[in-house]
Amino acid sequence: MAFFRSHVLVCVDPECLARGAHDVIDALQDELVDQGLIDEIQVLETSRIGGCEDGPEMIVYPEGVHYVGFNADDVPFIVEEHFLKGRIVEKFREMPKVVVDEELGPLRPKEVRIVLKNCGYIDPTNIEDYLAVDGYQALGKALFEMTPEQVIEEVKNSGLRGRGGAGFPAGRKWDLTRQVNDFPKYMVCNADEGDPGAFMNRRVLEGDPHSVLEGMIIGAYAVGASYGYVYCRAEYPIAVETFNIAIAQAREFGFLGENILGTDFSFDLEVRVGAGAFVCGEETALIASIMGLRGEPSPRPPFPSVKGVWGKPTNNNNVETYSNVPQIILKGAPWYASMGTERSKGTKTFAVGGNVKKPGLIEVPMGITLREIIFDVAGGMHEGRHFKAVQTGGPMGGCLTEQHLDLPLDYEALTQAGSMMGSGGLVIMDETSCMVDIARFFMDFTQAESCGKCTPCRVGTRRLLELLQKICEGFGEDGDIEKLEELCEEITKNSLCGLGQGAPNPVVSTLKHFRHEYEAHIYEKRCPSKVCRPLIRFEITDPACTGCTVCARNCPVEAISGERRQLHHIDQETCIRCGICVQVCNFNAITVE
Amino acid sequence: MTRLLKNIASNDPLNITEQKAIIEKAIADNKDRQGAVMLVLNEVQGKIGHVSPAMQAYIARKLNVPLGQVHGVVTFYSFFKTQPRGKYTIKFCLGTACYVAGVPQLVEKAKQMLNIDLDQTTPDGMITLEECRCVGACSQAPVVVVDEEIHGRLRPNKFPQVLKALQAKDGAAKEAAGAD
Repeated sequence: MAFFRSHVLVCVDPECLARGAHDVIDALQDELVDQGLIDEIQVLETSRIGGCEDGPEMIVYPEGVHYVGFNADDVPFIVEEHFLKGRIVEKFREMPKVVVDEELGPLRPKEVRIVLKNCGYIDPTNIEDYLAVDGYQALGKALFEMTPEQVIEEVKNSGLRGRGGAGFPAGRKWDLTRQVNDFPKYMVCNADEGDPGAFMNRRVLEGDPHSVLEGMIIGAYAVGASYGYVYCRAEYPIAVETFNIAIAQAREFGFLGENILGTDFSFDLEVRVGAGAFVCGEETALIASIMGLRGEPSPRPPFPSVKGVWGKPTNNNNVETYSNVPQIILKGAPWYASMGTERSKGTKTFAVGGNVKKPGLIEVPMGITLREIIFDVAGGMHEGRHFKAVQTGGPMGGCLTEQHLDLPLDYEALTQAGSMMGSGGLVIMDETSCMVDIARFFMDFTQAESCGKCTPCRVGTRRLLELLQKICEGFGEDGDIEKLEELCEEITKNSLCGLGQGAPNPVVSTLKHFRHEYEAHIYEKRCPSKVCRPLIRFEITDPACTGCTVCARNCPVEAISGERRQLHHIDQETCIRCGICVQVCNFNAITVE
Repeated sequence: MTRLLKNIASNDPLNITEQKAIIEKAIADNKDRQGAVMLVLNEVQGKIGHVSPAMQAYIARKLNVPLGQVHGVVTFYSFFKTQPRGKYTIKFCLGTACYVAGVPQLVEKAKQMLNIDLDQTTPDGMITLEECRCVGACSQAPVVVVDEEIHGRLRPNKFPQVLKALQAKDGAAKEAAGAD
């Protein structure tokens, strides 16, 4: 094979052709012959590079220099400068646009990407991109080299557990659905990622939809399902659109529909969109919603694997669970099982939010410690503040404190510590967060999202919220903490589904670790973190105040008065303690007491 | 059900030819699919912006399901609205990260500027203020969603700019419509 020191890729998409790309190629060939470089430099045609608005365009490797906006007459000059003299022709050079991805940047220290490996690297709307990174190879392997039982065995051996939160072994779930002798069977993908602060599944659906699709098709082959539903929340319109494109392309390529890849296995699926109900992430509620009903959970058993969508056996897994499957099949169970802890294998995606330097999406091996996540992966605490607590598992999870920082993250360890894995939201808080207020916030959420079917959850969460509000407003009294504890226990014991059973968790765990904050609110009428509005007051301090009037202009209730260049004053009667003045003040002149 | 269908308000989508056509199409497209109620309602809510009581009755009748089922679904999910919304909707994300980053202050600012409460529409029918569940853009907290567009890292003193941009957009749209 001939060796070329340089390759010139010229874009020949219709736009560039219209602007004379063919003339450019001819001119390049002629000029390279004339200069005697034709054996050293190869000219190739390629598709769109990314600057076609100013075409023609070409890219020179190995330097990776991108030229746009020239024509055939400029070619001799470019050849002379670049290939003979080795000077880049700045005039035509297009600088690569730096796209800052705030959610998912380059690989961070200690990260291992399996689920997120393609996100941001392939075009999610082009199936060929996915095929180029071994896409649908696993499906081929499963269909032609493995029996459904072997597929299930492989997933079982990999140790993959449900990534939706509960952590039920995926292989066992598939096996249960396979065992039931009732047809047709359905595959359901739970893409109703409703935990506030969690967006891992959205990113996978938007960035690598085919990996989820392939996982579902392999799963359908394993359990014997013939149709499937992806239930996606309505808050994710782009995910729905991207996934629908993926489905259409997979059908076109024969990965979906009748006789997949020429075998006698047939499977198809569609996206069903929710309408804004958090409880639909619970599997029985989700199934009700797919059937066009109110998304109310129903008692289990019967489990969906026996009686699910339309009363038929249904296998339900989360987005992340499915997207792990193709690589497990391709690389084998031992590879996957080599990562993680004794009982929790592989990796887990987390959405890191809150007061850290580098929030965003991460994927780390199971068993990593919270300390490593916060200080190595997420860059440490924001503005030199101190770590106080981390909320894991969303509104049904709990908070963990400094003493848990070295806990290896896996399903059992988190449950033991009084929290849970959940779908993977991590909200990290510093000393400016009031734990009573956080508990109140989560209770406000679960109370509003309680579907209302069972009393402990419907009424219990309401009562909990009222108590917490009372405490935050400074009306807490002796005995309230005990009342909270009693209510929490009753709600956990008696609720029908995971939402109700988990709803008291934030209260229970904050009471356990931050009881003194509750006590400060109740007995001293004081909010130690200076968050609860009725318990704080704002003051403007001399000499920091320069009298710039910014605070007065931004105050929503006109509680701030003062002449320009004079010390300003806050009228405590009028002040609603919204804190806007603190945010807008450029001189840190406003203190919170 | 009959009562609701007998006295339909003149401004109800059922009495507006183009909107009626949207409803009819949504029903025709999904009638034979399983779980049609949600599919039709999602389509109608998405394109018209609300599902009035008369529309619920009409959909129930056409799909041959009890009105109670349709009404039950409409009232269960927060995306379905029974009243018309403003031309533009400003939603405040209530996710944990946004809450911690100061969405409550933004809400205060918006309420004060527009002189309406949450879930209300300005008297000129232009802007509706709403809260919404986490939109999953937590790294940009605090987040405000104007129609489908996400505005991140928004401080209360920057909020007037969002309103201004919206007014400019509306003016441009009106001008374009006038030019046609």
